[in-house]
Amino acid sequence: MKKTIVTVVGKDTIGIIAKVCTYLSNNRINVLDISQTIVQEYFNMMMIVDTTQASKDFDTISNDLEQIGEEIGVTIKAQREEIFNKMHRIEA
Amino acid sequence: MPNIYEVIETNKMIEQENLDVRTITLGISLLDCIDSDLKKLNENIYNKITTVAANLVETGKEIEREFAIPVVNKRISVTPIALIGGAACKTSEDFVTIAKTLDEAAIKTGVNFIGGYSALVSKGMTKADELLIRSIPQALASTQRVCSSINVGSTKTGINMDAVKLLGEIVLETAEYTKEQDSLGCAKLVVFCNAPDDNPFMAGAFHGVTEADAIINVGVSGPGVVKKALEQVRGKDFGTLCEKIKNTAFKVTRVGQLVALEASKRLGVPFGIIDLSLAPTPAIGDSVADILEEIGLEHAGAPGTTAALALLNDQVKKGGIMASSYVGGLSGAFIPVSEDQGMIDAVTAGALTLEKLEAMTCVCSVGLDMIAIPGDTKATTISGIIADEMAIGMINQKTTAVRLIPVIGKKVGDNVEFGGLLGHAPVMPVNNFSCDAFVNRGGRIPAPVHSFKN
Repeated sequence: MKKTIVTVVGKDTIGIIAKVCTYLSNNRINVLDISQTIVQEYFNMMMIVDTTQASKDFDTISNDLEQIGEEIGVTIKAQREEIFNKMHRIEA
Repeated sequence: MPNIYEVIETNKMIEQENLDVRTITLGISLLDCIDSDLKKLNENIYNKITTVAANLVETGKEIEREFAIPVVNKRISVTPIALIGGAACKTSEDFVTIAKTLDEAAIKTGVNFIGGYSALVSKGMTKADELLIRSIPQALASTQRVCSSINVGSTKTGINMDAVKLLGEIVLETAEYTKEQDSLGCAKLVVFCNAPDDNPFMAGAFHGVTEADAIINVGVSGPGVVKKALEQVRGKDFGTLCEKIKNTAFKVTRVGQLVALEASKRLGVPFGIIDLSLAPTPAIGDSVADILEEIGLEHAGAPGTTAALALLNDQVKKGGIMASSYVGGLSGAFIPVSEDQGMIDAVTAGALTLEKLEAMTCVCSVGLDMIAIPGDTKATTISGIIADEMAIGMINQKTTAVRLIPVIGKKVGDNVEFGGLLGHAPVMPVNNFSCDAFVNRGGRIPAPVHSFKN
């Protein structure tokens, strides 16, 4: 399974999750987990998604999500999971 | 699976605290390029570098995009050119043609620096070594991206004082050749003691003869991350302070390890080492001096600086070696002046002198680095400063280096602008009492007694 972490940071507004999830579902990307929190008045959301069956390559997905973020006024990033595991787990 | 707080922490390091991978350096052996015909040799070198490194820059960018971590520099190091050019080069001008070939190969592959215009002369100089050293001023003045380094001493061999004397003259001559650009050539020339074969950082990178045909070495950084982490333990005791540095160094190094393994896999080139260095840049918030201040000093250079730097350097290593089994290169805190805004401020405030910097180099990597000195400094004085620094390396069994920039036409207090990652620097005073008789003795300083371990 190829896991990607999608993060959304910005001012909370209606429909952020809906927009991101619509894009993911249209591109055959499965959402495994969603969590969210508020840090210093900013809305932070993290999704763990599986891109094994994705219909587009990583670069395109990453650029598309970035653009969706710009449209709704938040920052959206896609990153491969390994960078977080490596940094925060001794055995990873 | 990562949790949201870990993800936020990592991205905060990248976005706000200047966490980056400083360099992916592809080491390439040029031993199989050797030919007695100079034209053929240059062709072989160009072809090998542009073939092996064809995808280096693109691969670096791919990794950058997928992990959203900046990989600031993609670079190449090659076998010391004195060894490669020896059979073909009969004059210093012949060596300069190789420097130009390296420059062209660097431009073609898109790397910003190529290191290895080097000679290893810790015990003696061959004819080729001497020709290469004498060609350095012209080579650095007629190329953009070539970096040069000369190893003039080691714990095992002592110090080659003939080379030290010659290099004092060469540093000045290089300054003169590039005086239109504030003597920029000297920023690309390093004099070493105990130079490592696998250092990925410029200007001192070269691909040692003990290395494989090609190898990926990665230099990590992150002074900004350490500084921010230490803000959380202000006023706490040394144990708490050290624990924080260690944990942060672990995290930073693990990212470097990930990037190194990815680059190695994608390029089909074996992974060599991670260099665990805290390497500052002139950007605000990316400073080793700021860490020293956070530890409790008004400015870098204040009493306590050497102790603070010693503990910082040691904790960085302790955290780093847990994160990667293959640690090499220089691995420690770098203290260049012009590339660190906090150091520049400390010099301007009068807190930091050349002599204090020398003391600091006893406890960290690497040496007297990126220090602008008056352009009318005597060659023997530069040789004397080099000899002192080499002695520190030789006796303490560590790497030391000197990268001084005598800026032609500038005097103490003037400001010098190198641009980009090389930064800017105030010209610092030098102790001008003569060491002529010392430098002019000639010969070698013997290896120290503790080098005899067999």
